[in-house]
This record gives sequence, C-alpha cells and structure tokens, in this order.
Amino acid sequence: MSTELRELYQTVILDHYKKPRNYGRPAGADRQAEGVNPLCGDHVHVYARLEDDRVAEVGFEGSGCAISTAAASLMTQAVKGHTTGEVDALFERYHELVTGRGDVDPESLGKLAVLAGVREFPARVKCATLAWHALHAALEGAAEPVSTE
Amino acid sequence: MNTPFTDVELSRIRADFPVLDQKAHGKPLVYLDSAASTQKPRVVIDAISRLYAEDYANVHRGVYQLAERATRAFEAGREAVRRLLHAPDAREVILLRGTTEAINLVAQSWGRQNVGPGDEILITAMEHHSNIVPWQMLCAERGAKLVVAPIDDDGALVLDELERLVGPRTKLVAAVHVSNALGTVNPVREIAEIARAAGARVLIDGAQAVARTPVDVREIGCDFYALSGHKLYGPSGIGALWGRADLLEAMPPWQGGGEMIETVSFEKSTWARIPQKFEAGTPHIAGGAGLATAIDYLESIGVERIGAHEDALLAYATEALRAIPGLRLVGTAPVKAGVVGFVLDGIHAHDVGTILDREGVAVRAGHHCAQPVMQRFGVAATVRASFGLYNSREDVDALVRGLRTVVEVFS
Repeated sequence: MSTELRELYQTVILDHYKKPRNYGRPAGADRQAEGVNPLCGDHVHVYARLEDDRVAEVGFEGSGCAISTAAASLMTQAVKGHTTGEVDALFERYHELVTGRGDVDPESLGKLAVLAGVREFPARVKCATLAWHALHAALEGAAEPVSTE
Repeated sequence: MNTPFTDVELSRIRADFPVLDQKAHGKPLVYLDSAASTQKPRVVIDAISRLYAEDYANVHRGVYQLAERATRAFEAGREAVRRLLHAPDAREVILLRGTTEAINLVAQSWGRQNVGPGDEILITAMEHHSNIVPWQMLCAERGAKLVVAPIDDDGALVLDELERLVGPRTKLVAAVHVSNALGTVNPVREIAEIARAAGARVLIDGAQAVARTPVDVREIGCDFYALSGHKLYGPSGIGALWGRADLLEAMPPWQGGGEMIETVSFEKSTWARIPQKFEAGTPHIAGGAGLATAIDYLESIGVERIGAHEDALLAYATEALRAIPGLRLVGTAPVKAGVVGFVLDGIHAHDVGTILDREGVAVRAGHHCAQPVMQRFGVAATVRASFGLYNSREDVDALVRGLRTVVEVFS
C-alpha cells in the first residue's frame, strides 16, 4: 500500500467514518442545508443552531464515502462554538489545506489537519468539502440544496 | 467459432492498443472501465490522423478531389454502421454525436409529432439517464406519461410486467439492449414483438451492445437503434441513429441549418432527403472516418468472439469476486455482458475506486448515470468493473488483489 493511501485513510479518518460524531439533527436546529455531489450521488444534510451569531449546535446526516463522512464529522467538532465569520475563515484555510493551494500551516487547523492527505487525490477534494459547502449555505440561510458542480 | 481468445491472440490484440502500455501510480495500468468508454486501437488513431493529414476538407459540397476524399472517408462511417446493424439501406443511418443525441433526436422529432396528451412512453427500470430524461422532457411538454417496466432482484427485466404495461396508449417502448450499470442483456426481440403487437414503436439503446453482440435490426424488429462510436473502440463525439426509412421520411427535421436543406429562401425552405435532413451543420468528419475504421477492426476480430471473450472473463471475475468476504454483486441477471457491479460491506464505492486506482486498477465508482437502478438496489453507488476485448484474466486477478488491499485499509 502506498504512503499516500496510508495518509489518506489514516486511523482518525476511519474512526470518524465508522463512528461519525454529531450525527443527526440537533434539538432546536434553526438552520439547515443539503449538499449534493451530482457526480456520485452523495448527499449530506447539515443542521445548526445559532446563538448570537455563534454555532451553538451543529450536526449532520447523510451517506457518503469515508472522506466525506469523516470530513463532515470533523467539521462539526471544529466549528462548534465559533462565530459565522470564524467558520468562514476556517473553511477558507481548510480549502487551501485539502487542495494543496496556498501555504496554510496544517498545525493551525487542529484536528482538521488529518485531511491534508486529500491534496494528493484531486478527485476527492469535493468529498472533503461537501459538508463545508452545506454548512456555509445553512449559515447563510440558503433555501436550495448546494451542489459541488 | 465463438471461443474466447487464445493467449497469443489476446497479446496481439493488446498490442493494438497503445494506451494500455503505461503505468498508473507505478503499477501496470489495468483498464476495467470499458463500459464507460473503450480504448482505441492504433488503426483508429491512425485513421483520424490520416484524415486530417491527407484527406481533410468539408464534406458533401466540394467539387474538388480533396473534398471527395473527405466525403468518402466520412461516409464510410455510415456504411460501416449499416453493415454492423445489418440494416438494408445506409440512408437509414443518421450520423450524430452519439447515443444520447440519437435518442434526443427521436424524442424531439418523432416524439413531438406522434406523442400527445394521455399517451404513454414505456421504458425499463434499468435505463441509462440518456434513455430516461429525453422522454421525461417529451412527456412534460406533450402531457404524456412515462411508464417504467420493473426489473427483478437480479437486475433482469420482468417481461410479463412489461407486457402488462403496454397498452393502447403506448406510443413507444424504449429499452436498453445491454445495461451499462448491471450488465443485463435484454430480450430485445421479445420486447419489440410485444410493442409491435400493441401498435407501439420500439427504440433500442445499443450503446453497450454493439461491440460484443451481433445486431440485426430487422431481426430484432425495432424501429430505431442508437449507438455510440466511443463504446465500440472508435472516437467519441460520433455515433448513429438507425431508423426505418419510412419513419425517418415522415419525421420533421430536428435542427435547422446547412446540410439539411434542399432549398432556402426567406419565405420558405425545403428539406433535404434522409439522412441529411437530420444532419444540420458540418459533422464530425474525422469521427466518421474513425468510426468506419473501428467497425472494420471489430469485424476483423469478430463481434461474436469478442462476446465470447467477455463472457469468459465475466464468469472468471464473478467467481473470484464472490469469494471476497463482504462483497455483494449488484446485477446477476442470467444473461449478462462483461460488466460486474458490486458493493463492499461498510466501504463506499468511491473509497474502493481511489484505493484501486493507486494499485493501477481503473474502475468506475458511482451511479453510472443510472440513479434509478441504484435506488432499486438500495445503494448510493456501486463499483463497476467492465471488460473490453483487450482485458485478460490477469486484469481480473489485479482487481481481486486490489480489493484485498481495500479490505485491509478498512479493517
């Protein structure tokens, strides 16, 4: 097995895939959005409750591959307690991390750094960002499902 | 004699395909995605280059020698399709971009003329999106109804149900010859017989069939048959619609422009005869030349023998995959083409695809443009390995080895 594969499918990612955190719709969720990847049929629902512009609760449901499920699970942990502005800024740096563009320091992204391996697999960037696009739409209050295409 | 290729024959065939001679992630490339698109033999690549290097001009109108040569090369594609389908007349072959365009042509030309409110179009539950969506669009426009004949748990068409669903309002039965997602080979003759008995027209989507199954459109008894060049070892962007001459003659043009007219004035234009009536604009000239060469190549090997080779690989792969714990085959119809769809317990198809890719094995992971089929089997996506005439048992072995790596990663 190649080292790139080992890095992509490392223990933390497989753990979040098999036991996703914050799975389901949290009580009192007042924001939601759906993300779909029409190329593969994967979809994810992201729910959130905002308190004074801060993400008080966040959860997700859906079916997807190991990368998209782990990315959604890790995302919910990373954004909880942050303001919408902070979430947007984090998404931007996370996007740089998984695409390999920009010179973001993986360390600065905390646990999200485990997804750095995605940059070696351009076809999987959409998997790693699907839940983030949905979260962004939920926080913006978008009514239509967001698509990766 | 319809036997699989010998080792010597197979290695000669493989040598015809330059693309196969390369590595993917440092491993020999194992191409198992021919149901999505087939690779091209050297002769086809050369034919396209030669057309551009030696014989290129616009077709059908030049009075000079070069234009005559280009026209001949392009028209050879039409004649080759006629031969491949055992059609009586090359005028019945419309050269288009591919199967999708062929089906859209029938929907928009024949469909708008013949389908009205309350009428029904009958398709099957295993259709590719290209044989669903054009009919949905037509039905929405004309107030007609799309009716779907079911498939069973093996992915085989339930013919009795299809027969039950055909009625006096059925204007057309549109069915796939070979399913790209499940591999199912449909009983197209029986389907056509049922449709004809009810006075309905019959369209067969042959994209997946023509490179492995001999086709005789008159023997099938269909009215339209659609195919793509890129699934029969020819170029992409060229394909064909075969239609019965009397139907094509009665159908209105689909797109307006050059090529398709007889006379034009600002008051009124008159249409060219078939097939030009349906071929507005400058066509894919090199595509026609490449298509002709691809069909020559297929015929030189023998479509029956390619089918036999794929059947043998299918049997070998089916047995090998069944031995992998947690693997479930999706598509186990009694009569199948060289397509194996499957899911692995607790592992998403995309992850399987990514890991196999790193082992040099190219498979398709996803819904294969057949989302209703995925829904029918309760899966979001499947992994699909599909065979072409150049695949070997060693390719299947590489797939199985790769799948063991997948299971190891996720254990």
